[in-house]
Amino acid sequence: MSGRVLVGVKRVIDYAVKIRVKPDNSGVVTDGVKHSMNPFCEIAVEEAVKLKEKKLIKEVVAVSCGPQQSQETIRTALAMGADRGIHVEVAGKDYETLGPLQVSKIMAALAKKEEAQLVILGKQAIDDDCNQTGQMTAALLDWPQGTFASEVSLDGDKVKVVREIDGGLETIKISTPAVLTADLRLNTPRYATLPNIMKAKKKKIANVKPADLGVDLTSRLEVLRVDEPPQRQAGVKVETVEDLVGKLKETGRI
Amino acid sequence: MANPLRGEVIKLYKNLLYLGREYPKGSAYFRDRLKSAFMKNKDVTDPEQIKKLVARGDFVIKELEALYFLRKYRAMKKRYYEPEK
Repeated sequence: MSGRVLVGVKRVIDYAVKIRVKPDNSGVVTDGVKHSMNPFCEIAVEEAVKLKEKKLIKEVVAVSCGPQQSQETIRTALAMGADRGIHVEVAGKDYETLGPLQVSKIMAALAKKEEAQLVILGKQAIDDDCNQTGQMTAALLDWPQGTFASEVSLDGDKVKVVREIDGGLETIKISTPAVLTADLRLNTPRYATLPNIMKAKKKKIANVKPADLGVDLTSRLEVLRVDEPPQRQAGVKVETVEDLVGKLKETGRI
Repeated sequence: MANPLRGEVIKLYKNLLYLGREYPKGSAYFRDRLKSAFMKNKDVTDPEQIKKLVARGDFVIKELEALYFLRKYRAMKKRYYEPEK
């Protein structure tokens, strides 16, 4: 086995930022807004780096699809311990319509090209909440998948994955090569401190175009409209129980 | 400042400044407090004392990393997971 792990990292609007919808309802304001690595992608990178530190795999390659700024996200992954990066250049209109289908085609092509043993992704991105890329990538590669992983252990050419599911936890054993998606409790991602970022500047980031991988980026989806969620109504205070009953009857609740 | 430790102190300041960018109350707030904290000790010359202060700074770095992680973890847990009964 090549001992190479591919980790997909996505540049998203920072989780702490208050999202604002554009006045024309075509999307969300991204200009001048703080961006960072998707939290679930951080967990994916951490897991890959941990596997390398345990000497279970040999190389961690961080991949990101997007415009020039995606390179910052790759740099963060390199600062966390990835060995090298691959920036798949997607900009302009193509980037606006870039979704799980296109990214999974890219990841599948790269996984074959790099002869990856594992592809680790975050379970979903906090901007689109699709939760599809990992699953689609596995399907395109015809590889087994361990999604919502809260525990991963390598055992020869097999992987034991404990998955977080609605009913509790499910443990599965799948053979490699495989695709894993990271859930919140998989690990505690390390912080990319300034000294690590400086050291990571020496690591290489390769530049690739989707066409080089033979991937067609046409989207089958069209965003019609983006709206804010309904504003939370302010609560109303009442003085007595009679008032409460009256108000409830008023609003048709009882 | 004791010469050999000058580099360490400056490195610590830069690391803290970098971490401060994500501070919940804003990076400007953090930077002001960081600067005054360092300025308060600018006349310390005893190497032992300086080493102690640098160690305290390293501790603050660990605390900030823990703060940032917990904040993010709690936000993700609240947004994506059912509250435990």
